Amino acid sequence: MDIFLQQIVNGVTLGSIYALVALGYTMVYGIIGLINFAHGDVVMVGALTAFTVITGLLGAGAGLPVGAVVALGLAAAILVCTTLAFGIERVAYRPLRRAARLAPLITAIGVSIVLQNTAMMIWGRNYLRFPELWQSRRFVIAGASITSMQVAIVLVSVAVMALLLLMIHYTKLGTAMRATAQNPEVAGLMGININTAISIAFVIGAALAAAAGFMVMAYYQVAHYHMGFILGLKAFTAAVLGGIGNLGGAMLGGLLLGVVEALGAGYIGDLTFGFLGSNYQDVFAFFVLILVLIFRPLGLLGERAGDRA
Amino acid sequence: MLLELAGLEVAYGGIKAVKGIDLAVEKGELVCLIGANGAGKTTTLKAICGLTVPRAGHVRYAGEDITGMPSYQLVARGLAMVPEGRGIFRQLTVEENLVMGAFIRGDRPAVRRDLEHVFEIFPRLAERRAQSGGTLSGGEQQMLAIGRALMSRPRLLLLDEPSMGLAPLLVGRIFETVREIAKGGVTILLIEQNARLALEISTRGYVMESGRIALAGRATDLLADPKVREAYLGEAT
Ligand SMILES: Nc1ncnc2c1ncn2[C@@H]1O[C@H](COP(=O)(O)OP(=O)(O)OP(=O)(O)O)[C@@H](O)[C@H]1O
Ligand SMILES: [Mg+2]
Repeated sequence: MDIFLQQIVNGVTLGSIYALVALGYTMVYGIIGLINFAHGDVVMVGALTAFTVITGLLGAGAGLPVGAVVALGLAAAILVCTTLAFGIERVAYRPLRRAARLAPLITAIGVSIVLQNTAMMIWGRNYLRFPELWQSRRFVIAGASITSMQVAIVLVSVAVMALLLLMIHYTKLGTAMRATAQNPEVAGLMGININTAISIAFVIGAALAAAAGFMVMAYYQVAHYHMGFILGLKAFTAAVLGGIGNLGGAMLGGLLLGVVEALGAGYIGDLTFGFLGSNYQDVFAFFVLILVLIFRPLGLLGERAGDRA
Repeated sequence: MLLELAGLEVAYGGIKAVKGIDLAVEKGELVCLIGANGAGKTTTLKAICGLTVPRAGHVRYAGEDITGMPSYQLVARGLAMVPEGRGIFRQLTVEENLVMGAFIRGDRPAVRRDLEHVFEIFPRLAERRAQSGGTLSGGEQQMLAIGRALMSRPRLLLLDEPSMGLAPLLVGRIFETVREIAKGGVTILLIEQNARLALEISTRGYVMESGRIALAGRATDLLADPKVREAYLGEAT
């Protein structure tokens, strides 16, 4: 098997999930300048909600087709995550809108801790095994194996991202959200309710997070109250890599990070003469973060400060 | 009375920028508010638009007390503003900027027509409709800001220094346009440093000095007033 191609396939799969999560970071940052550290935990809540609904329905033996069970699980996850994110913004961030930047940042870390601990109380501390829903098929192309699961993850992610881009760039609501990100005061003069625009950014980000949470759980067949932490950090890295505040950047950053990480994991043994194994793959994401912050702090597609969209 | 300010006071921290002013604009009038740098003109406008909350006093508009009302609720009532510095959405295209001006309107065909109408008033904008707002020159941005405000079909238009930073020829054109807009039935409150031009196109004027209304009257009277001539029109008496 060709390790290089194989790792590209794995990296693109993981990268499209990073991209979905990164979009949530970047939309919120674009509109209120906040790094929403609780976003990764919203992904976790999405995964665990889908876990409960799907395993519950399957276990109850209601005889629903698997597709319907998945749809219900996903719908529940999206509902819970969007409501949660809407509430978090209202309760935790909105009162601090005019406060110094550090205050909402610390609040976001606090929200993250609250979410993790609440999830731990609800779902326990153990790794939850998520069943294989469909017999995964495996294709071999040019020496790399691709599973139907991977194909599905990439296709769903691409479709969702395309829809988001269309919405943001070609609808009045999307234009209003970009206007709010660029100049909230003037957006208000246009009749745009800034609070609504901000809520919508949180809600869209949370819907993407729910989908990402479900997919990452289905991919690894495991869920855990702590799963949002590293995933969130990596998606944040992806957002910074692409240029935080920039939607296209989040997508590009997510994909690139997934590929870099997968290639890193594939070759780390060779690179370190067998000293480090692929369980060190997480270091690559943060190595990338450090390099970006040093050499291109505005990210690949980032623009001058104040010009975020 | 379309717009009425009564005892309006605005402070930034401990500093009073507007110290209790009364001002009124009748339907169909073009009224100007002139004064030196830092007199409190922009602050007054911001208080009208809900961009700053007054410490005391009232803003009444079309018979309704709108004091401290959030700015996004004002457009629907027919109040539009061209802010100081123009406030262009730099990364939206010219056309998107204009469409944002009509954000609250649902009547798409009429919005399209008004868009073409703005392009007729400012042909320069038509040529640049797909260009991002930030790439326009200062004068073009001013045209865009005025056009954008018109897109909401306002009853009252608030203009904050439309001549700022423009070459004299362009200033003349912009003022001509403002006069045309007023003729079209839009009530206008115009803030200006360029006192002569402002008074020449206005029906009435107010002169603001360090947070207070120092003088008020018909524009022709103010143009003839020796104090105004000396202090604002740069003439020796
Ligand atoms: N955000 C603010 N914070 C503190 N002080 C302010 C603020 N905005 C304005 N001021 C002060 O309030 C006073 C009035 O300012 P304002 O902008 O209303 O003046 P202006 O008449 O519009 O002047 P100009 O013609 O230069 O635009 C000034 O002394 C200014 O320094
Ligand atoms: Mg001013």
